[in-house]
Amino acid sequence: MPGATAAFGLRTRLVIAFLLVAAVSAVTTAALTYREARSAVLVRAQDTAVASFREEVEQFVPSLPLDPDSLRWYLYDIAARAKPHPWIVFAEYGSLRASSGDRPVSGVLTQELRRTTLTSPHGSFERVVKDGSAYLTIGMPVMTRVVAGGDAVPSGLVLFAVMPMTNEEVDINALVTAARDGALPGLAVALVPALLASRSVLRPVRELRRAARSMGGGQLDTRIPVHGRDEMADLARTFNESAARLERSVEELREAGARARRFASDVSHELRTPLAGMLAVTDVVDEDAGTLAPDTARAVRLISAETGKLAVLVEDLMEISRFDARAAELNADEVDAAEAVRSTLSGRQWLGRVRAELPDGFRIRLDPRRFDVIVANLVGNALRHGAEPVTVRLSVRGDVLITEVHDSGPGIAPDALPHIFDRFYKADAARTRSSGSGLGLAITVENIQLHGGTISAENAPGGGALFTVELPFDGPASGCGAPGGPLSAQSGRRPAAGRARKETTA
Amino acid sequence: MPRVLLVEDDPSVREGVEIGLLRRGHEVLAAETGEAGLEALGAFRPDLLLLDLMLPAMSGVQVCCRVRETSQLPIIMLTARGDGSDIVVGLDAGADDYIVKPARTEVIEARIRAVLRRIESPVDARPAVERHGELDIDRAGHTVFTSGEHIALAPSELKLLLYLSAVPEQVFSRQRLLEEVWGHSYHSDVRLVDACVRRLRTKIEDPSSGPRYIQTLRGFGYRFGPL
Repeated sequence: MPGATAAFGLRTRLVIAFLLVAAVSAVTTAALTYREARSAVLVRAQDTAVASFREEVEQFVPSLPLDPDSLRWYLYDIAARAKPHPWIVFAEYGSLRASSGDRPVSGVLTQELRRTTLTSPHGSFERVVKDGSAYLTIGMPVMTRVVAGGDAVPSGLVLFAVMPMTNEEVDINALVTAARDGALPGLAVALVPALLASRSVLRPVRELRRAARSMGGGQLDTRIPVHGRDEMADLARTFNESAARLERSVEELREAGARARRFASDVSHELRTPLAGMLAVTDVVDEDAGTLAPDTARAVRLISAETGKLAVLVEDLMEISRFDARAAELNADEVDAAEAVRSTLSGRQWLGRVRAELPDGFRIRLDPRRFDVIVANLVGNALRHGAEPVTVRLSVRGDVLITEVHDSGPGIAPDALPHIFDRFYKADAARTRSSGSGLGLAITVENIQLHGGTISAENAPGGGALFTVELPFDGPASGCGAPGGPLSAQSGRRPAAGRARKETTA
Repeated sequence: MPRVLLVEDDPSVREGVEIGLLRRGHEVLAAETGEAGLEALGAFRPDLLLLDLMLPAMSGVQVCCRVRETSQLPIIMLTARGDGSDIVVGLDAGADDYIVKPARTEVIEARIRAVLRRIESPVDARPAVERHGELDIDRAGHTVFTSGEHIALAPSELKLLLYLSAVPEQVFSRQRLLEEVWGHSYHSDVRLVDACVRRLRTKIEDPSSGPRYIQTLRGFGYRFGPL
């Protein structure tokens, strides 16, 4: 009964089962008791009545020929000695009818009784219920005197006794009432152990549920107290062991992840110091390259250029490491979005190359430096890999600021779309390391997520790649830059899964 | 050309920056530790201190504090991005600006020029000394007095005060101030402005009441007055 299982809780089902058992046993006991008691009461009254009536009839020697008046006097006599209850005596002989009551013929006597009485020398009896009242009817043939060597024969006169069984009825009804009155409080009392039993089963189940939910919420050190040695205790023990194993392996994973991130961060740190020295002298090298022998000049320029790229790569690696370590800080400030984008474009001398649709008046809370990185990466990406004209458009929908960057290039290859926000992903093998670190879009995504926003990429209907950034106006929701569980680092505010993304080496 | 005292413990950075600045005509004295740098101050008399934030024994912040005890020498800190709160501590200690390593010499030089650049005093018929409440500002002489007492202001503090007080009651966004006072071309760290305002307030404001001269407009920026 899966329907019923689903409809009722465990407690309800346990209580119902308990009550059913109690009810069945109460009803069975009552029924058996009733039957036994009833027959005992009836049989006793019946035996007494039949025996005494037979005795009366045997002693009855009517004078012949039968005279109705004297017969009635005999009947009165017999009726006066009724046992155990009063009875009314009827006599039938041929067409003669007489009784000790006010009517000569009883309406309770059946033809069946009359017939069996005539054929049985010891008489017969029958219980009859008429108009809701029970009667015991007894028929006895009056036998002739026993002559020597012969059997007694029926004289043809038959006496009937009709005894109302009112007292027995009352007794039996009292039994039924007693059984019912006993069963109902019994059921009520059964409710108490039912509730206690269900509680003792349900408490561990509830604890288990609470613990499982707590584990699911990331509290891996959740354990259940183990009471006793029953099946519930076994279950609790198994749960605790599994939880401990899970906690251990998660801890190991966490440490491995932390080690990997620390290593990446340490490597970048170590690379940065020599790079700082090298980068400071690239200007000197570049200026003097013209005075060197052509081969040397080419070599020197190569070193200088690659030093610059290496510096960008190391900075980007460090930035990614900070995101991975949840150590990225968000220094939010309220700014005018259009002003911020214009400032990014003008700072990089892009104002002439980019069509800007920037309505004033969108004031938004964000980290200006990070917003600059977001816009610069997307526009730089569009200028490098797309084609001009590049459009930057600001708009508002609900409580999010939408920043769109659209280029007029060939768009993004469909098989590249799902990967373009991946670290070091290169959509075009022929265009390897044209510039940038390969981390630009990954950093862009992290910066957007730090603000509680999303990014998506697609090929616009009219051609070209379209990147759409959505940032909430009221700033990052909560806890930005705060270290969270490393395992949750990649979950949560990812861009919508079904939406496309694009490549960069910004 | 300005004389630059460079305090940097890492040899390659020290040498690289020294070569780059020398090449551009600066006079450079490179010191390896904070102690050596402080010692060289008197004899070398630099126009500017280029100070690494992370020094082994005496930290850049400590050096910064020691310098500010006696002098308003322009100070630019060399830091790594992600040093985070250390930057704020350095700025509160009195640094005028900071540069994130690794940086090209042209970036370092541009920042040095910006810090050393003076705010042009408006060429009009203003009096030599402006009086705002208890505050006397001598635009030509680049000196400031409160209640007649001379206040020593670091270059960034002085420039910020001169810039704000030139147009009293006008609100300037922090980005605008970064561009105008610090010469930063695009979005950079507004904590520079906040730290500078904090330092300026401790010098010119009455600590027992709220800010009177440099007022904050939440969400918009800062303004001078109204008194």
